[in-house]
Amino acid sequence: MTVLKTMDTKHLQHLFWRAGFGIQPEQLRSLKAMTRKQVVNKLFNDSKLYKELNIDLSEFAHFDLATILKNQDQLREFIEKSRLKIRDFNVTWVKHMASSDSVLRERMTLFWANHFVCKDNNILYVRQYNNLLRKHALGNLKDFAKAVSKEPAMLKYLNNKQNVKASPNENFARELMELFTLGKGHYTEKDIKESARAFTGYYHNFEGVFRIRKLMHDYGIKRFMNYRGRLDGDDIIDIIFEQKQCARFICQKIYTYFVNDQINEFHVDQMIDVLYPKYKIDELMRFVFMQDWFYNDENIGTKIKSPIDFFVGVNNTVPMDFKKPRQMLGIQKVLGQILLDPPNVAGWKGGRSWIDSNTILFRLRLPSILLNNSRISAKEKGDFNDSMMGMMASKGQSGSYFKVVSDWSAFREAYKNVPIEELSEHLIVTQINEGTQAYLNGLGKTSKRDYCIQLMSLPEYQMC
Amino acid sequence: MKRRDFIKQSALASSVFMVPSFVTAFDEVLKKSLGYKRLVIIQLTGGNDGLNTLVPFRNDIYYRNRPKIAIKRSDVIKLTDEVGFHKSLQPLVDLYDKGYLSIINNVGYPNPNRSHFRSMDIWQTASSSNEQLQSGWIGRYLDLYATEPYAAIEVDESLSLALKGNELNGIATNNARRLYRTSQDPYIKNVLRNYQEEHLSDHNLGYLYKTTIAAESSARYIYQTTRTTRSYQDFTQHNFGKQLKTAAEFINSGLQTKVFYTSLSGFDTHARQNVVQDRLLKVYADNMGKFVEELEKHDTFKDTLILTFSEFGRRVKQNAANGTDHGTANNVFVIGKHLKTPGMYNSMPDLGDLDNNGDLKFEIDFRHIYATVLNKWLEVDDEIILNDSFEKLKFI
Repeated sequence: MTVLKTMDTKHLQHLFWRAGFGIQPEQLRSLKAMTRKQVVNKLFNDSKLYKELNIDLSEFAHFDLATILKNQDQLREFIEKSRLKIRDFNVTWVKHMASSDSVLRERMTLFWANHFVCKDNNILYVRQYNNLLRKHALGNLKDFAKAVSKEPAMLKYLNNKQNVKASPNENFARELMELFTLGKGHYTEKDIKESARAFTGYYHNFEGVFRIRKLMHDYGIKRFMNYRGRLDGDDIIDIIFEQKQCARFICQKIYTYFVNDQINEFHVDQMIDVLYPKYKIDELMRFVFMQDWFYNDENIGTKIKSPIDFFVGVNNTVPMDFKKPRQMLGIQKVLGQILLDPPNVAGWKGGRSWIDSNTILFRLRLPSILLNNSRISAKEKGDFNDSMMGMMASKGQSGSYFKVVSDWSAFREAYKNVPIEELSEHLIVTQINEGTQAYLNGLGKTSKRDYCIQLMSLPEYQMC
Repeated sequence: MKRRDFIKQSALASSVFMVPSFVTAFDEVLKKSLGYKRLVIIQLTGGNDGLNTLVPFRNDIYYRNRPKIAIKRSDVIKLTDEVGFHKSLQPLVDLYDKGYLSIINNVGYPNPNRSHFRSMDIWQTASSSNEQLQSGWIGRYLDLYATEPYAAIEVDESLSLALKGNELNGIATNNARRLYRTSQDPYIKNVLRNYQEEHLSDHNLGYLYKTTIAAESSARYIYQTTRTTRSYQDFTQHNFGKQLKTAAEFINSGLQTKVFYTSLSGFDTHARQNVVQDRLLKVYADNMGKFVEELEKHDTFKDTLILTFSEFGRRVKQNAANGTDHGTANNVFVIGKHLKTPGMYNSMPDLGDLDNNGDLKFEIDFRHIYATVLNKWLEVDDEIILNDSFEKLKFI
C-alpha cells in the first residue's frame, strides 16, 4: 500500500503557477492537507464548467451587413467601435485570468490562443473565437481543430475565405500542418496543395455562422498522405490526427510550455501514449500534473514568465484597478505581448525571447511604478537615512503617469498570517541567487509592503 | 578553422556570462577592423504609395488609373524626362542633385503578402513569404558580430522584431537620459552588484541577470557618451524629427553603434490620400535633409548609409475614397556620400504589365539590398545572416 502523502508548499506553488496564475496564502493553506491526486482533481473540477467570457456588445445590434456594405460611414463607425471593444475585451480577459476560479481552463485558453494563433478586427468574431478556445480548452483536440477551421476569425486571418475551387489559397492548409498539427518536415508540398482544395468554399455569414459555398468547393478527388477520395476539410483533419507525429508535435509544445523549455523525450513519449489516438486534452494534462517528474527540481521555477503571467501574478498579489484601459494595453505593448494581437501566425516565441534590455528593465521597475510611486526601498539594516538616491531617481518619473488604484488592504488581509521572513517563499518560486539572498538578508525588513515590492523587483520574480 | 566559424564561435563565447578577457579584446580588434561604418534604417509604416512619391509624369496609364489622385505634371519636381518627385520632397531632390541618393525601383519579394503585419514581418526578418522567422535580420547580425545591445539602437520606446536576435537583442531608446535613470534604481543596482554568477549563467535566471547587467551598462554607456552632444539643427516638431535629431546626436557623439532604426507611420492611405501623404512625405524629406546636413557638419555622413523602405507599395488604380489599397513592389531609397550608382538605379515599373490584382510586379528582391548592405557596407557575412545567398547589387 502506498502512503498517501500531502503536497509540499513548493510543489503546490509550482502546480498553480503552471496550471494557473499563482497561488495565494489562504488557498495554499487549504490545499496543504490534500494529496496530489486530490489537488489535481480539485483543479479539474473547478474548471469543469465552461462559461463564456462576455462583454456588452449591444451597441452592435443595429449593424447589419447590407447597410455596412452600402454605407462607408457605417463601416468606419463599425471598425472604430470594434477597435475600442477589442481593447475592452483584452482588459476583461486579463481581469478574468486574475479572478476566475477556473484557473486551469483560463491557463489552457491562454495556451491555445498562442497555438491556434489568430487575430481579427471585428469584435464579434474576436469574442466568438476566444470563447471557442475556452470551450475546447480541455476537450477533444481533433474536434477543437475542426471547429477552429470553421471560425470566421480564422477563415479571415489565414485567407481561407479566398480559398476557392478556381484558385485555391494554400495559406490555411500550410499553417494547419506547419504550426497547428504536424510541424515542418512532416508533410509535402503536394499535401498542402491537395488539402487546400479540401478547404475550398469555406465561408461564414456576417453573424459569424459557418457555411460552405457549394459552387466554390472542390468536390473532386484529392490525394492526401496515403488517402485518396473526395475529401473535405474535416476528412483532412481526421487524417492528420491519425499521424502519431501530430500527437508528438502537440505534446512537445505542451511540455515546453507547462514543464520545461528543454524537452525530455522520454517524458514526451509517455505523454504521446496518453494523448494518442483519442486526443483528450484533459487526460493529457491530468497525466502531466500527476507525474513525479513534473515536480522535479529542474522543472520548478525555471521558466521565464510571459508578460501576462507576470502582470496577472502581480495583480493576484496586489489587486490593481486601471482607470484608463488604454494604459493596461500600453504596458502589454512595452512588455511585448498585447493579448488578441499576436505578432504573426507563429505566435509569441516565448522563453528567453520575452527578454531584451528594454523589457527586462521595465519588468523590474513595473511593480514599483504601479504600486509604490516608482519607489523601491534600498534601506539596509540600521540605515535610517532612507534612500535619498531612490527618491531622487523616481522624482519626475512616470510614477504618476499610470492611473492605477492599488488595493494594498487586500494584500495585507491575504498575507496577515504570513510572517515577513516567509514572504519570499510565497512570492518567489525559484531558487534565489546566493549573492542576492545575502543582500536580501541584510535589508531592514520593517514593512511587508516595502519587502513585497523589493521581491517583485528581483529578476527571480520573473521566473515561474 | 574558417574565418566565419571563428567569428561565430567567438561571438557565441562572448555571449555567455563570464567573458574571458582575451575574447572581448579580440572582439574590440574585430570591431575596429570592421571600421566605423554605420547603417540608419528608416521604416515608412503603413505602405507608402511609391507611385505618388516618384511620379511617372509622362505615363498615360498612371493618369488613367488615378483620375482624382494622380500628381499633376506641373506639381512634380522633375528628375528626368519621365520621372519626378512629389512636391513635398525638395530636400530629397537636393540630395539627388549632389549624388547622395540612389533610387531602387520595383523592390519586393515573390508571392507578395498584402497584410501590413505579415509583410512588415517579412521585411524585418528577411524571410520568404511562406516562412515564419522569429528573429530579425539586424538581430542575427548582432548575434554574430556584436557583444553589447547598444550595437543596434531603435530610436523608439520598444524594440522591433528587426533588432531581435537569437542570442543578442538591440536596445530601444528615444531618450537616453530616461533609459539611464530607469536602469539606475539603487535597489536594482545593489541586486546586480551582489549577484554571484558561478552556476547560473547557462540557466534562464542567469540569462535574466546577464541581460539586466548588459542593459544597465548599455544604458549608462549611451547616456554618458551622448549627454554633451546636442544638435541645434531645426528638425521639425514631429516625432520623426525628434527621432532623427536623437539619432544625429548619438552618431555625432561617437557612439559605437552600427545600426540605428527609426520609423515614420501613417502611410496607410485608403482615403484622402493626397492630404495625408503630402504631409507625411514633407515630414520625411524635411527631416532627412536636416539629418544629412547635421551629419555632414560633423563629418560623419561619409560613414553613414541610410536605407528607407516601406512594407509594400500601393495598388496602381485608385479606389473610390480617393485613396489606394495595399499593393506590392515599391521603391527603396539609399542615401550616402559615396554611392556607386547615384540617381535612378533601375527603370521605373512597367504599368502595362501588372499582376492579377492590378499590382506591380517586383524586379528586385529586397534581400538583395540587405545582402549588399551587409556584405559591402557593414562588411560581414551576409549569407549566414540571411541564411541564403543573394546576388549583390551595385549601388555601393
